[in-house]
Amino acid sequence: MREVAIIGLGIHKWGEHWDRSLSDMFIDVALKAMADAEIDKIDSMCVGCMTSGLFVGQEHIAVQLADYLGIKHLPATRVETACASGALAFRTGLAEVMSGLSDIVLVGGVEKMTDVSVEDATFALSTAADQDYEGYHGITFPALCAMMARSHMNRYGSTSEQLASVAVKNHFNGALNPNAQYQSQITIENVMNSTIIADPLHMLDCSPITDGAAAVIICSMETARKISKKPIVKVTGWGHATDTLALHNREDFTTLKSTELAAQQAFKIAGIGPRDIDVAEIHDGFSIMEVIATEAIGFFEKGQGGFAAEQGRTALNGELPVNTSGGLKSRGHPAGATGVAQIVEIGYQLRGDAGKRQVQNARIGLTQNIGGIGGSSLIHIMEAV
Amino acid sequence: MSVPKYWRNIPQRYRLEAVKCIKCGKLFFPPRPVCNECRSQEFETVHLSDEGKIVTFTVLNSAPSKFSYQTPYPIAVIELSDSAKICAQITDCDIDKLYIGMPVKLQMRKLSTEGDAGIINYGYKAVPA
Ligand SMILES: [Zn+2]
Repeated sequence: MREVAIIGLGIHKWGEHWDRSLSDMFIDVALKAMADAEIDKIDSMCVGCMTSGLFVGQEHIAVQLADYLGIKHLPATRVETACASGALAFRTGLAEVMSGLSDIVLVGGVEKMTDVSVEDATFALSTAADQDYEGYHGITFPALCAMMARSHMNRYGSTSEQLASVAVKNHFNGALNPNAQYQSQITIENVMNSTIIADPLHMLDCSPITDGAAAVIICSMETARKISKKPIVKVTGWGHATDTLALHNREDFTTLKSTELAAQQAFKIAGIGPRDIDVAEIHDGFSIMEVIATEAIGFFEKGQGGFAAEQGRTALNGELPVNTSGGLKSRGHPAGATGVAQIVEIGYQLRGDAGKRQVQNARIGLTQNIGGIGGSSLIHIMEAV
Repeated sequence: MSVPKYWRNIPQRYRLEAVKCIKCGKLFFPPRPVCNECRSQEFETVHLSDEGKIVTFTVLNSAPSKFSYQTPYPIAVIELSDSAKICAQITDCDIDKLYIGMPVKLQMRKLSTEGDAGIINYGYKAVPA
């Protein structure tokens, strides 16, 4: 298999963009990524999007986006695995470059969530859960994550304050990221005093509804060495696993088995372990999910993720900075775009372009993106070369 | 919800029909065609126990529009006495007195209504045992 490099990064300020359509945002980041890579030609495009059908009433968007990008007859693929659609698009692009099917691929993610009411957006997101045996009973995503949080607290003694410390940390980082949806710091008290959505989770434990897109340009290492004028980021590990769709069919509610397995695959391929990671972007759709993910990946022992966050071990100046971008909580969470934005952030970190949130001497980074409550998990590892 | 879709799920919603793998004995609710332990495709139909205990739970203050008039309402994962696990609402209970391990019993209840005519969607809910 051919080695793959990331040579272009594109993102924009995420938020509620009533003046911009799905394609407006996507074409913006696609052109930024191409400009960043200093290329004007790509061989194919892979797009991650969770449900443009429910959010904007348009399917077949890979065609629409290729059309509007102005590259006639470009092969374009759209993939979906709920909130991990972006990382799946990246994996799809990797496979194209590794196999030699394509040499230069634009990988993008996008979601336009504010064209519908909050209720309809909540419904659209909930379709990633088991509609017949969870949704039918009035279960929501916050409820599923809240039940995982209660199990975790019950078994390991994690606390609401520990979960709150994840949100506080991610807002601190987001305040340093000009592209984050929320650029304001919050306190533990703010989180604890915010409305309870599904106990023990508060409003400020949950990621928001966001419009946004992100894109990267990947190519063979050989081509990258010829054409790239910027520091090259090499993709060195990848993993992908699934789990039961419904929470109640799992053995253990305190972990993410699909993340554990995807991380093991990725570490094996990269020939490194969790201790070698300098910076990580983790899927904190809910604060508890960052805690559980940092355990499932192997950064911390089972049950220690909440204590680690509270002690500042995952802070920007900690031993393993997690979600320097602000994470889903503060950067925002346009479902299909999140996985690609995580790669963009690690790209900035490894190139030394992360501005005020730069982690010093970051050489190896990891991303973890999940669909639903971990029905799917994707891990990618990248290294500066 | 379409009538055929509703009818397809009646054996599970009204009668807790599950399947048991003939080869390894694992229970599946809802039924599925291939066992994820031994890959057998041979199953027998069984009815789940209606008694169990709460494994984990939450109380929702924010709900999809179809359920918003019921908030706050509790949701739990329940382990039934035959070891199958299901998700259900808990009703007729004091929401401040729920706990992990609490014994509950499943009953046939109204879950939601839809459309202008208020067509009722039935199913199981749990009540304190
Ligand atoms: Zn079996």
